[in-house]
Amino acid sequence: MNRSARFYCIALLLLTAVRALASPDAAVLEAESRRIAAIERAKDAVLAIFPANGRGGGSGVVVSADGYALTNFHVVQPCGYYMQCGMADGAAYDAVLVGLDPTGDVALIKLFGRDVFPHAEMGDSDEARVGDWVFAAGNPFLLAADFQPTITAGIISGVHRYQLPAGTLLEYADCLQTDASVNPGNSGGPLFDDQGMVLGINGRCSFEKRGRVNVGVAYAISINQIKHFMGVLRSGRIVDHATLGARVGRDDEGRAVVKEILDSCDAYRRGLREGDEVVGFGGRPVNSPNSFLNALGIYPKGWRVPMSFRRDGRRHDILVRLAGYHGREELLKAIGAKKSPPPQPTPKPDKNRKKSETLKNAAPAVPQIVADHYKRKEGFSNYYYNELERKNVWDGWMSQSKPGESRGPWKLTGPLASGGEYALVIGESDASLKLSSTEIKWTAGDELGDTLLPPHSGGMMPALFLWRRLAVEGPDRFGDVYYYGTAPLPGSDRFDGLADVLVGSYKGVVCRFYFDPAEGRLLALEMFPDEESDPCEIYFSDYGGKDGSMIPGKMRVRFGDEDFATLRIEGFKIEKQGEN
Amino acid sequence: MLAFSLFAAPALAADTFEQTHPKVVKIYGAGGFSGMESYQSGIVISPDGYILTVFSYVLDTDYVTVGLSDGRELDARLIGADPRLEVAVLKIEAEGLPCFDLSKAVKLTAGSRVLAFSNLFGVALGDEPVSMQKGTVSIVTKLAARRGVFETPYRGPVYVIDAITNNPGAAGGALVDTDGCLAGILGKELHNSLNHTWLNYALPVEEIRKSVEEIEEGKFVAERDPEEARKPQRSLDPAALGIVLVPDVLERTPPYVDRVLPSSPAEKAGLQPDDLIILVGDRLIQSRRELVEEMEFVDYADPIELTVIRGRNLLKFTLQSTAGRDPTRGTQP
Repeated sequence: MNRSARFYCIALLLLTAVRALASPDAAVLEAESRRIAAIERAKDAVLAIFPANGRGGGSGVVVSADGYALTNFHVVQPCGYYMQCGMADGAAYDAVLVGLDPTGDVALIKLFGRDVFPHAEMGDSDEARVGDWVFAAGNPFLLAADFQPTITAGIISGVHRYQLPAGTLLEYADCLQTDASVNPGNSGGPLFDDQGMVLGINGRCSFEKRGRVNVGVAYAISINQIKHFMGVLRSGRIVDHATLGARVGRDDEGRAVVKEILDSCDAYRRGLREGDEVVGFGGRPVNSPNSFLNALGIYPKGWRVPMSFRRDGRRHDILVRLAGYHGREELLKAIGAKKSPPPQPTPKPDKNRKKSETLKNAAPAVPQIVADHYKRKEGFSNYYYNELERKNVWDGWMSQSKPGESRGPWKLTGPLASGGEYALVIGESDASLKLSSTEIKWTAGDELGDTLLPPHSGGMMPALFLWRRLAVEGPDRFGDVYYYGTAPLPGSDRFDGLADVLVGSYKGVVCRFYFDPAEGRLLALEMFPDEESDPCEIYFSDYGGKDGSMIPGKMRVRFGDEDFATLRIEGFKIEKQGEN
Repeated sequence: MLAFSLFAAPALAADTFEQTHPKVVKIYGAGGFSGMESYQSGIVISPDGYILTVFSYVLDTDYVTVGLSDGRELDARLIGADPRLEVAVLKIEAEGLPCFDLSKAVKLTAGSRVLAFSNLFGVALGDEPVSMQKGTVSIVTKLAARRGVFETPYRGPVYVIDAITNNPGAAGGALVDTDGCLAGILGKELHNSLNHTWLNYALPVEEIRKSVEEIEEGKFVAERDPEEARKPQRSLDPAALGIVLVPDVLERTPPYVDRVLPSSPAEKAGLQPDDLIILVGDRLIQSRRELVEEMEFVDYADPIELTVIRGRNLLKFTLQSTAGRDPTRGTQP
């Protein structure tokens, strides 16, 4: 016993000594195990994406437990609206296309077949530094028959890179550059940080004379850009990037200067002119035309963002509404285009691959679950999801409390912030505003934009008329209503998140309704009489006066650069129908 | 353990990046058509604006500009170049620049972890930092190991890197160790004509330092290529042996014997038409051009050993030119 114990001790000592000699620094081992743990965490969310015909394919990553996943536009383009996604568990799941961003080369898809999907968390790509350790995951050369993702490691080689548009639409603004191997088939797959958080979606490489294989220079669409687009992609639309309506070039000293500006754009109306130096955009400093393009390229069409410019040594801070980068026809054409841009490998037929065989032999018929989640409509990648999100927003608003079954006119009374009282009646086809000295009557004509009363309000009365109309008629009877997605509301002093936005058109005007996604309440509406005019903005706040009513306690009306009026709502009554 | 520091502490690479990238510059000059990029990289080697880069067509213009990390773009003057090493020194008017000190350059061995800094693909513009890639030195070897494979006048030792560092625009960039100490400058793109791969390599600073310093001081005299120097004053060629090769019609025409001249050294040795020459001495020959080039290293009066394939047999012959006795049959050196 004693002897064997001694022997054991000696053996242990020897073993320790040998190991100490052979093993590297503890820090190295620790880094290795951290790396392995991060890969282990991340790999389950990685997708191998195949079109139903089994020809071609790419990669993707699941980003929510209910199965929403990100990939490249150019990966799903040959798939149509139905694709199959292999995961690290070895199973293939059906998926449907949800949203498309052809300019940013991003697609959002939705997987079916599990209640809870393993998913990756989105990191903060603005925090990525050159030299940070990263790894790419995906299905390069469509190697994995068992869908186990291939992992390639590297470092961040550059941040805030700008890649010129390739072909007609594709633009990689503000992307991350990595030396991790990214090959054909990796497209759409995630670039992870050392914690296994998604930093970007790999999509583009610098290829030249060496053929379509990794040359140590790959670009990932930053996840922070995709976060801006997540809401609009969930709308099932073909979404667009933004333009300022001005061309920014460099002056002799390399600064970003407005070279040309359209007098019809919002930035012009906010005071931006040719020759002004752009110094900030979206909260980021701008010091060159490239840094401006990077700051602009990460926003969807329709957002309103802060911008700063300098003229005669003085700094001006404005909010600008961003118009679309491409025409509607241009986008639709891009979707229909047969030619796809970057790496698009075709797998060699391999009879030994059972799983890919089953994929290939899969009947091109679309599975029922996918058919049930797809609705075709022009301008939309999948109208089903637009209707779904529109209903969610509507239900959220209505859950606050209904305005009552009565379709009678609404009567609002209270004090004006500027002094005096008001009485406002909003009816089915008209409205009236009584102030101490005057009364303004408004009737809905064929074109609501023709009578923007009261004067200098930008059309407060037609705007409030549309507010009531949406509440009373609902999105189906209002006119044409679609879910835009999410957007910030920088004009509000009460809300700094992303709001759900419904866009309604009725009698020649377009109205954007902003809802608080958590509370369901209407935060603001903007009524645009036409594309080249400022909207009338109405901000609703101080909700909850009466048993969580959907009627706010305060309305702030704004037009252009000025507040028009602030109205407290102390009395709210729905008159009986017919009584007016 | 320093060698492992890049992996052990990823933050270290980020620190190295911050202190190193300002010493690497973007160079803009001639080019811009048919796959010839009009940009390359360079490194600052003195605070007052001496820039080391590779000697290439990009510098073949009076209008070369250097882009600094702070976004400034300054006109550059070509001070001089060593065409044998393919390095050039530029000068810009500036002061207090962050720079590398060539005299403090480190020497690397196979297995050293390295970081490469360059303006590959011209992706960085204005004040955007150049790209950083990581890799390992695979081997330290001479480019001359396979003559005729790489088209480059440089035959000295290079650091071969396992990462794809030598991309368009990367030439002239910095190769540093994980502490940011300079070890070499990235060479031009080199295409291997045998297997159509591309070499990723850097010229060790110690190989180019002397030339660079002499160029800086304005007293550089291009040396004769030592490889060229090995060639005899008067070389041998196939005609001198009475060998008529098949016409050189392909990029890599196989060196088949077409005819053997009567009563020539070749005929006397027993060479026949359709013999395929595969070895000169112990050097493998893969094309007609390579054979002629290899013969240039043999003195016209020396014997030469040729190995040929005839049918299924490998045959060895020793030939000696009679040109020594009849100088008119020889070729000019």
